[in-house]
Amino acid sequence: VNERHFRGAAQADGKALERDLALLKDGGEVDALAFAARYRRLCQRLSVSQKRRYGADLVLWLNAIAQRGHVQLYRRASRHVLHDVVAMLAVSFPRALRKAYRSQLAALVLFLAPALFAFVTIRLSPSLVDHFLAPEEVASMEAMYDPASEHFLRERASGDDISMFGFYIYNNIGIAFRTFATGLLLGVGAAFSLAYNGIVLGSAAAHLVNVGSAGTFFPFVIGHGALELTAIVMSGGTGLALGFAVLAPGGTSRAEAIGRTARASLPILYGMTAMLLGAAFLEAFWSSRHSLGSATRYAVGAVLWALVLGFVLLGGRRRAA
Amino acid sequence: VSRGPGSERAAPVDTAVHQETPEGVELTFTPAGPVPRALAWSIDLAVRGVAYVVAAIVGQMLGGLGTGVGLIAAFLFEWFYPVVFEVRSGRTPGKRALGLRVIEQDGAPVTLGASLLRNLVRFVDFMPAGYLFGLISCVASTRFQRLGDLAAGTLVVYTERVSVRALPEVSPRPPLVALTLDEQRAIVAFAERAAGWSQERRAELAAHTGACTRGSDDERATELAGYARWIAGDR
Repeated sequence: VNERHFRGAAQADGKALERDLALLKDGGEVDALAFAARYRRLCQRLSVSQKRRYGADLVLWLNAIAQRGHVQLYRRASRHVLHDVVAMLAVSFPRALRKAYRSQLAALVLFLAPALFAFVTIRLSPSLVDHFLAPEEVASMEAMYDPASEHFLRERASGDDISMFGFYIYNNIGIAFRTFATGLLLGVGAAFSLAYNGIVLGSAAAHLVNVGSAGTFFPFVIGHGALELTAIVMSGGTGLALGFAVLAPGGTSRAEAIGRTARASLPILYGMTAMLLGAAFLEAFWSSRHSLGSATRYAVGAVLWALVLGFVLLGGRRRAA
Repeated sequence: VSRGPGSERAAPVDTAVHQETPEGVELTFTPAGPVPRALAWSIDLAVRGVAYVVAAIVGQMLGGLGTGVGLIAAFLFEWFYPVVFEVRSGRTPGKRALGLRVIEQDGAPVTLGASLLRNLVRFVDFMPAGYLFGLISCVASTRFQRLGDLAAGTLVVYTERVSVRALPEVSPRPPLVALTLDEQRAIVAFAERAAGWSQERRAELAAHTGACTRGSDDERATELAGYARWIAGDR
């Protein structure tokens, strides 16, 4: 076989595979065995023309078709991920959390310690609240949870509920995503986000107890807090894990450590997003239903907390790996 | 890391990524640098800008519902615009316009998880402003990977659009001297690409062939094309 014959044959093979690829792209069907055979043949043509260096054009052209064939043949089932959403959330998610227990516990401490510190400090000396929160924040918080306020006398319009739902999604899930990503900055971004949220929560709770609004504040936060506060800690945990991968990659390159940690965090990211969607829904449509009374909302909140903690500790254990 | 004498590698002359497939053939991918990617991003920014305006107008018409729907739309555009396109075809409209696509490091199409990761980490790539971290990571990595690509294990590569060029229509003739394989390949490559050059450029390059060819530089160029046909098998 001389070069001219080979070129002709290789181009015919390339065109045959291109026809298959075009057909598949338009949603047509191609006999799988015939496709695989054509693809292997093309690979052989590519390999021979690389080895014998038959013209840069021919090699590039065969390479381009082989790339597309490779993509077609080794397509992963990413489009079917949605079918497995339940398995992902019910099994992979809690398992990934427990597997990453070091970073998750570190995140819990980084969130709880500043929260407790702020809470205790402000409970002991109420005037210190100005050191933790801006005066405008304090004022708007007081107005929002003032039991004598007139907005506790009537129900919120449903349009407002949906606006708040949209806002919670845009704001809270965005923050969780950023917390994960900024973990790459040696974990500093994630640690800051955790500590900041802890301080705001702790000082808000302490101040509202001090001014006598505990009865409106706690029934409001207990329900969606079960999902939202835990999801904040989880996002912080994924960020800290990324930061740790950069700081101490172990036996692999930093790039590989980052990639591995990020992939291991994926189930947590999916689960955390689902939890924040649930939290946004509760916060917009449930937590603000003060007409339900405190007792009901405390009871539902307690059940939610028990479910979330039980899920994190026990979820996905039955199906053996 | 110290390398033994056998493991020394020559510095790469290009940025091509070689990936061996299970069929035993080596596929070559060409990663795209910061400039085409920035251009693709600008196009996507414009597309998203239009989408925002449309969403805002629809939101206005919906009235009370509009704020909530608008915020959810803004959230989706901000985080999932690239993901939706990348998972479907490996490229956003901007990347399509620039002839780029996203692939996994092993050449497979990008998965939902990988696409999500590279677009979440985009937030850090953008920091402190104008994709500075992403740019540093891009030029520091051997395969033009921004931080998001490192986290997701993805590459942005050129979508090859090539065709095989025919050799020029001249009569084949055997070379005057025995040629090595490298010399033969150089002559065929010259003939393949000659049609895209000016007459002067062809002559200029042919002038370097010395004793392999005869005559004026123009004649040398024609003679080389003849050799190429002969080498390719037209005898």
